[in-house]
Amino acid sequence: MQLLTDFFAVIAGLIVSPLGVVLLLAIAAYFITRNKAHGFYKQHDGKEVHSLPFYNAAYVALSIFVPPVLFLIAFGLIAPVIYENMVASAYQSHLLTLSDFQQTNFINNVFALSTGNITSETSAIITEASEYLASLKTVGASIRWAGAIALALVFGFLAYRSVGPRLRARNRVEIIVKTFLIVCSVIAILTTIGIVLSLVFESLRFFQKVPITEFLFGMQWSPQTSIRPGQVSAEGSFGAIPLIAGTLLITFIAMLVAGPIGLMSAIYLSDYASPKFRSVAKPVLEILAGIPTVVYGFFAALTIAPLIRGWGESIGLSVASESALAAGLVMGIMIIPLVSSLSDDVINSVPQAMRDGSYGLGATKSETIRQVVLPAALPGIVSAMLLATSRAIGETMIVVMAAGLAANLTINPLEAVTTVTVQIVTLLVGDQEFDSAKTLAAFALGLLLFIITLTLNVIALRVVQKYREQYE
Amino acid sequence: MSRNILDENEPATNAKVHTGKQAKVRLQKRYARETRFRLMGLGAVLVAVLFLAVLLGTIIKDAIPVLRQHYITVTVPLNAEEIDPEGKRTAQSVSNANYGGLVKEFLREKFPAVTSRREKKALYGLISSSSNLTLQQKVMANPNLVGQPLQADVLLSDYADLYFKDSISSSSKIAAQGIASPVGTEGEVKILSTSNDFTNLIEEVKQGLSGQLRTVERSIEGQNRVLKRLQEQKASLEKSLPSASEAEKIELQRRLDLIAPSKASAEKRIEDSTATAADLKQRISNTNGSLAVGRDVPSYIVAINGGMVKVKQVSNTQIIGEAILPLSSEQDAQKGQWEITQISPPEGSRQISDAEIIWLDKLNSEGLVKNKFNTQFFTAGASREAEVAGIWGAVVGTFYTMLITLALSFPIGVGAAIYLEEFAPKNKITDLIEVNINNLAAVPSIVFGLLGLAMFLNIFGMPRSAPVVGGMVLALMTLPTIIIASRAAIKAIPPSIKEAALGIGASHMQAVFHHKLPLAMPGILTGSIIGMAQALGETAPLLMIGMVAFIVDIPGATGFAEGFTDPATVLPVQIYMWADFPEKLFQQKTAAAIVVLLMFLVAMNAIAIILRKKFERRW
Repeated sequence: MQLLTDFFAVIAGLIVSPLGVVLLLAIAAYFITRNKAHGFYKQHDGKEVHSLPFYNAAYVALSIFVPPVLFLIAFGLIAPVIYENMVASAYQSHLLTLSDFQQTNFINNVFALSTGNITSETSAIITEASEYLASLKTVGASIRWAGAIALALVFGFLAYRSVGPRLRARNRVEIIVKTFLIVCSVIAILTTIGIVLSLVFESLRFFQKVPITEFLFGMQWSPQTSIRPGQVSAEGSFGAIPLIAGTLLITFIAMLVAGPIGLMSAIYLSDYASPKFRSVAKPVLEILAGIPTVVYGFFAALTIAPLIRGWGESIGLSVASESALAAGLVMGIMIIPLVSSLSDDVINSVPQAMRDGSYGLGATKSETIRQVVLPAALPGIVSAMLLATSRAIGETMIVVMAAGLAANLTINPLEAVTTVTVQIVTLLVGDQEFDSAKTLAAFALGLLLFIITLTLNVIALRVVQKYREQYE
Repeated sequence: MSRNILDENEPATNAKVHTGKQAKVRLQKRYARETRFRLMGLGAVLVAVLFLAVLLGTIIKDAIPVLRQHYITVTVPLNAEEIDPEGKRTAQSVSNANYGGLVKEFLREKFPAVTSRREKKALYGLISSSSNLTLQQKVMANPNLVGQPLQADVLLSDYADLYFKDSISSSSKIAAQGIASPVGTEGEVKILSTSNDFTNLIEEVKQGLSGQLRTVERSIEGQNRVLKRLQEQKASLEKSLPSASEAEKIELQRRLDLIAPSKASAEKRIEDSTATAADLKQRISNTNGSLAVGRDVPSYIVAINGGMVKVKQVSNTQIIGEAILPLSSEQDAQKGQWEITQISPPEGSRQISDAEIIWLDKLNSEGLVKNKFNTQFFTAGASREAEVAGIWGAVVGTFYTMLITLALSFPIGVGAAIYLEEFAPKNKITDLIEVNINNLAAVPSIVFGLLGLAMFLNIFGMPRSAPVVGGMVLALMTLPTIIIASRAAIKAIPPSIKEAALGIGASHMQAVFHHKLPLAMPGILTGSIIGMAQALGETAPLLMIGMVAFIVDIPGATGFAEGFTDPATVLPVQIYMWADFPEKLFQQKTAAAIVVLLMFLVAMNAIAIILRKKFERRW
């Protein structure tokens, strides 16, 4: 019952929004136009009519629907910026008396108050500004309504007037659909551009505060900076070397586990296992690949880490409770299926004729695999290992839960180390001020991570392209 | 190389090269190597399977106890003037009463002997602090209950619950042989026995003490090792100090400064442990009869004359203890009418005290404690109280997030796949898009979180912690998976289908949408479900956009549409947050939440497999 009323409330909410009204208009226009098109379709007995009634109707409906939707999206993106600028310019004299941090705080409070949210402080001027903002929003809402309806009516009218036997409605609809398809594939590019731009811009801001050489070659990582201006605190140091070393240490341990086990199981599954065994073992490996990383993290932190610590202490070694070994080991388990499935594909693609040739010379199966199959599959296997390494470097949850926070520069797997991803999470989770070096450092680390993993992927791709032996 | 079949020392013309004795040995070696290689391969697969079994086994083992939860039936009087002073009998008028006080009163009546502040606090702690809400809701739902006693099942606190699940302590009975005569019924009680019961008890306590001593000695050894290493480090740093440059000197000095406090703390710990060890040794070697039973050895409880006495001092003939439940009389108890119970581990190293155990056992023996299916876990939102916390809030948040992800990534992904596979001209730009999509699939998920933070939150000013932003980030992340899978599915449709459609006059668009797409749909859906399953288990990008906040309210409580912008969390993030809490019950609930998440994933993958099996066509 509650669900039903909720549902109606949502529908009602949609209908009274500009989008809902435009949608209703489009649906109505669809049926009206289809009626009209059916009329002249019958009249001409289907001859000399370019498009089916459906296309005529769809053309008018899309003409009504698409322009307002584009307008609404653009409005939704631009309006907040305009509101903010207008509030800022109206209260410029007040803002000038404030520090940078207080300025953003002021704007945030004004916006929060106008939407009825909790504010960190209230004063007469904030209330006044929020009322001004509310009046701006009322004007904005009217523009939104008027713009959407006007666009719908104008384009709808033009489209409807053009409907007739000679209108190439199908082609026009297909152009609209094709444009939509192009936009869809451009989104993939936009995502990459968005990632690169946001990482690069924030990193550049970071490098204004901390020199890039210090970031890349500094040996010390302790990102403690003052949160409020004027607060006395030690200046943080942002040297990424310990993080990179920690990441590589854990990745190395992971690959030490995943490399041999993954490769050997791929060999066994492709060349030795009976079809029955294969049909059981492959899904098991797939399950291992499908388990969320947060589950591995839980397993590493609460089962493996204490186990390793216990063993270490029983033979008199001091093991950190968040040792690199525990995180690396579990990460290795996680990567086994990736290595195994990629290598499996490569090994299977080595032609049977090569194996048969080797058997014909009297080689045993293992000799064939070691001396014929593996050399032939080597580029693919190297590429699989590189992809797995890239995956290990970018893995987050296992290390966040099982690796340490302290940036130790060590190669002892029993000590706690921290990684690039752990630091990104630590710097960005919780309350943060967006302009502090601490927060921006996370983006510089993200850029570093992006570049490393991208390079590894590109190399992996090139290795296959360049050194693959062409059979057939 | 031994791999060469022909040995260079032997002439190749020798006919026995393949049949001689050496050849046999060689062959055996080669076969042995073959078997080893094969076993290594099998071993690798089995290790992977074993890992999976251990992983699932430990998690399921931890999760099972969460299925049930212990409740206690409390009976409280609902005096009209206390509960509803205005006498209106409406939900509003009864909502402000002190329901927590009623529960406390119930406990006080059960255990009148509990008087000190500390004891009272421990007693009240047995029942979950959510009990007042349970009562309040019950009364508010039916205000006419006021005026008569109310019986309600309320949650026990987390450690009380775990106690009944036998996971924090174990007790064993020690047979008592003699006739026991107590002196005193309340406070400090002395019990004498005619047999050598207490002599045996002394031995047991001493055993406990020796065990304790061994642990302490081991920890002293460990600390000594740490100290030695620190000293070595210090010496080597000091040695390199004079020859270092100015910049290095500062760094070295900083490290030296770091050593000093850890050295001091290690020394302090050694000192403390040595003192403890000496004290333990002295207690063990003490033979003059009386031995104190402290918090560092298992506790001993004597049940006699309806009372419970916790042993504090034991000698060969008598014990002195504290009556936690008062005795009914000072009568002698015959053999079989009294007993000694050992509760291990030592009180100092478990979460629940002896008094709490005795109170809980008393309540249990009165039939007030009930073990019921744990509905709380499935219906409640997040909470800092382990026994109250549930996953419903996270499940609802996941639902909203996934809805957005599906609504965005499915149409966009399929659209991009259709364009790239069917309409895109083969040129540099489409090549770029292809490479780009393949690379996007390998970008670490946390980077998508950074994108969401910088773009959606900071530039577009969207709300933090909201499912709508989480859904958008996850949609961008799943997009490459869906595009790649959909392209493969479209590519698998033979060109003859499209050509036939074109041949009878369909436009290219019609041929694709009317004929190819329906045939490719099963493959596209399979790929999309697998992509959604990935998104469902993803945690890291959501941490970046603030979905890690502690949120008590269930999203969408004020309306379906608000659910998209309400602050929310999702199941994997909930798992991440709970895993950090120290309480054991939280650990178990984390495991249970993982099982729920895995069940969702299994269901989704099963649907994908069924789709593939049922609709897959080989052309």
